[in-house]
Amino acid sequence: MSDQNIQLNEDGRLKHFLTIDGLNKTLLTEILDTAESFTGVSERTVKKVPLLRGKVICNLFFENSTRTRTTFEVAAKRLSADVLNLNINTSATAKGETLLDTLRNLEAMHVDMFVVRHADSGAAHFIANHSAPHVSVINAGDGRHSHPTQAMLDMFTIRRHKGEFTGLRVAIVGDIMHSRVARSQILALNLLGTSEVRVIAPRTLLPAHVRTMGVHVYHDLMEGIKDVDVIIMLRLQKERMRGALLPSEHEYFQLFGLTQARLAAAKPDAIVMHPGPINRGVEIDSVVADGPQSVILQQVSFGIAVRMAIMSMTMGAQAQGGAR
Amino acid sequence: MSNARQILIRNGRLIDPANAIDTVTDIYIADKRILAIGEQPEGFVPGRVIDATNKIVCPGLVDLSARLREPGLEHKANIGSETKAAAKGGITTLCFPPDTDPVIDTPAVATLVIRRAQRERNARVLPYGAMTQGLAGEQLSEMVALKRAGCIAVTNAYMPIANTLIERRALEYAATFGIIAVLRPEDRHLRDNGCAHEGPVSSRLGLPAIPEAAETVAVARDIALAEHTGCHVHFRSLSSGTAVRILEQGQQNRLPVTADVAVHQLHLTEMDIEGFDSNCHVQPPLRSLTDRDALRSGLAKGVIGAICSDHQPHEPDAKEAPFPATEPGISGLETLLPLTLKLVDEGVMPLTTAIARLTCGPADIMGLPYGRLNTGASADICIFDPDKHWIVTPQNLISAGHNTPFLGWELTGEVTHTLFEGNIVFERKE
Repeated sequence: MSDQNIQLNEDGRLKHFLTIDGLNKTLLTEILDTAESFTGVSERTVKKVPLLRGKVICNLFFENSTRTRTTFEVAAKRLSADVLNLNINTSATAKGETLLDTLRNLEAMHVDMFVVRHADSGAAHFIANHSAPHVSVINAGDGRHSHPTQAMLDMFTIRRHKGEFTGLRVAIVGDIMHSRVARSQILALNLLGTSEVRVIAPRTLLPAHVRTMGVHVYHDLMEGIKDVDVIIMLRLQKERMRGALLPSEHEYFQLFGLTQARLAAAKPDAIVMHPGPINRGVEIDSVVADGPQSVILQQVSFGIAVRMAIMSMTMGAQAQGGAR
Repeated sequence: MSNARQILIRNGRLIDPANAIDTVTDIYIADKRILAIGEQPEGFVPGRVIDATNKIVCPGLVDLSARLREPGLEHKANIGSETKAAAKGGITTLCFPPDTDPVIDTPAVATLVIRRAQRERNARVLPYGAMTQGLAGEQLSEMVALKRAGCIAVTNAYMPIANTLIERRALEYAATFGIIAVLRPEDRHLRDNGCAHEGPVSSRLGLPAIPEAAETVAVARDIALAEHTGCHVHFRSLSSGTAVRILEQGQQNRLPVTADVAVHQLHLTEMDIEGFDSNCHVQPPLRSLTDRDALRSGLAKGVIGAICSDHQPHEPDAKEAPFPATEPGISGLETLLPLTLKLVDEGVMPLTTAIARLTCGPADIMGLPYGRLNTGASADICIFDPDKHWIVTPQNLISAGHNTPFLGWELTGEVTHTLFEGNIVFERKE
């Protein structure tokens, strides 16, 4: 029953973008190259290209988000698509029937693409499996599973600064267990040929079998970031204290918080990334977040070009696939 | 003159593990009972002759866990629909967990269920009584009254008792009256909101995970309490190799502890949830290949004494949602026998052992007089063609629930006739 490749059409082109899992280096590189060609659009006076004119894109958000939803909206508008924004309170529609009903209703409005965020892992696959054949689905984050557009904009940022992935050491620090971003980053980094991917966290914040995902595990920040080219800090949510995963924010910062002094253990030209929103003084010191090695704001602006690339590629695949 | 109440099953390969019989012979049935095997009794003139040439004739199967969804969940299935499916699957005795609505925690509900099944006359339905009132894990239910009403044991179903003191009291009280306690061993805190085995697949898919320890902690605790109270504890649906090992130690120490396993656990693993297939969302979760192999070997050795369907029919909507939001469970009555026969094909155990785990194995655990073909016993009989191949499709399932990950599988072994109390309750039309 399971079909890893529901995201590809019969020609191997992107139809949906649900997870990095099951994709290949060529395809990821194509996304990055296409995004590169879109970066110029934002700097023009008329910040639009007509690629998706007449298409209807629906941002279907079952979980709160401002930044991700906004960058998807900006990306869609720069491609000249019409955008519908739906924020659906999950507590009111916790059951699958409602999710399917919502989907059917929107399909009746001839939506061409869903950009979906949902609290359950697998929600984007579910929606892709139940959408009409002409509809593309882009995963904007499902549970702890996947956030592939975020991972791709992170890859874009890394490539902009470091060039090739071969030879790079990348460390991801923090709450890997609950992070869909980290899961997607690990898959993408490995597919693109990164020499070494490290995760740094206490065991309570690591999935039990994280090593099987192709990472080296560290429990000491200084050891873990030694000689790395890229440091990705993850947001620590306050709920983690209540779930007895950590004793306190204070102890977490003492052990895993990134300060200027600790940053010296990494390569001198190491970049510091964060998918945002950042908790100053919890996982990262303000001096580092605003410092010269931080590329956090660039990530946000590259996010638009990368999402334009993914949207146009999935819609292009539709046209070529002849589904209509 | 022929007698309609007399049936002859001729020339079948009779396999009755309880009596160590495996031979081609005839069975004579009269007045709901097995009259004789082999020699034709004097004056026997059958009203019906079933030719069982090249077929296997065995005791009707005994399933220690099948949810029939009635009362309260009739939108999923009902006693009529599911006992028909049982008959098609060769199952003549079904044990029925109390997590209905209302819960089977009073004699009235138990009686209702038993009478309802008696009217259907497709299979014997034996309820489990709730171990605590409303399955809330706080106050003991009236276990003796439930037993008198026909409950074969008590259980808290999928709501394991979190409070160890209450568990101790429940086992002590049950032991006082010789009532078996059926426990689904699971530490609720360790399970948390998990929906998949804590392993490489859930790590990658980001599914909230249930560690093996959720089961092993509970098995160890419950075995300690079985030893302390002397209560016969039966573990429902083991899922992990470590639990099998702990159980085996308990049995070697002569403790009154037994176990069963759901047949899907013997074929599927965590790998099957790839792609978020909600039909593979089960409780306990599908675990690793190592666990599956340990369950198979525990079953072959007899540490696990019974295979059950763990039948849980659902309406389609229950499975139409993102994986964690779907309801767990598989509709399994009609695939219980062929999936067990598949274990024989795969060399896990000989045919007689496999049949024992579906008949006298479960019956002996619960102290039931079924699952055997003794002269004078109730004529509950399953006849199947061991070589018939068939493909599982929604069209050939008659259970109200079509939620099974085995859709599309080619299975071998098909029931041709089922007799329950001497009546032919299922007959395959060619």
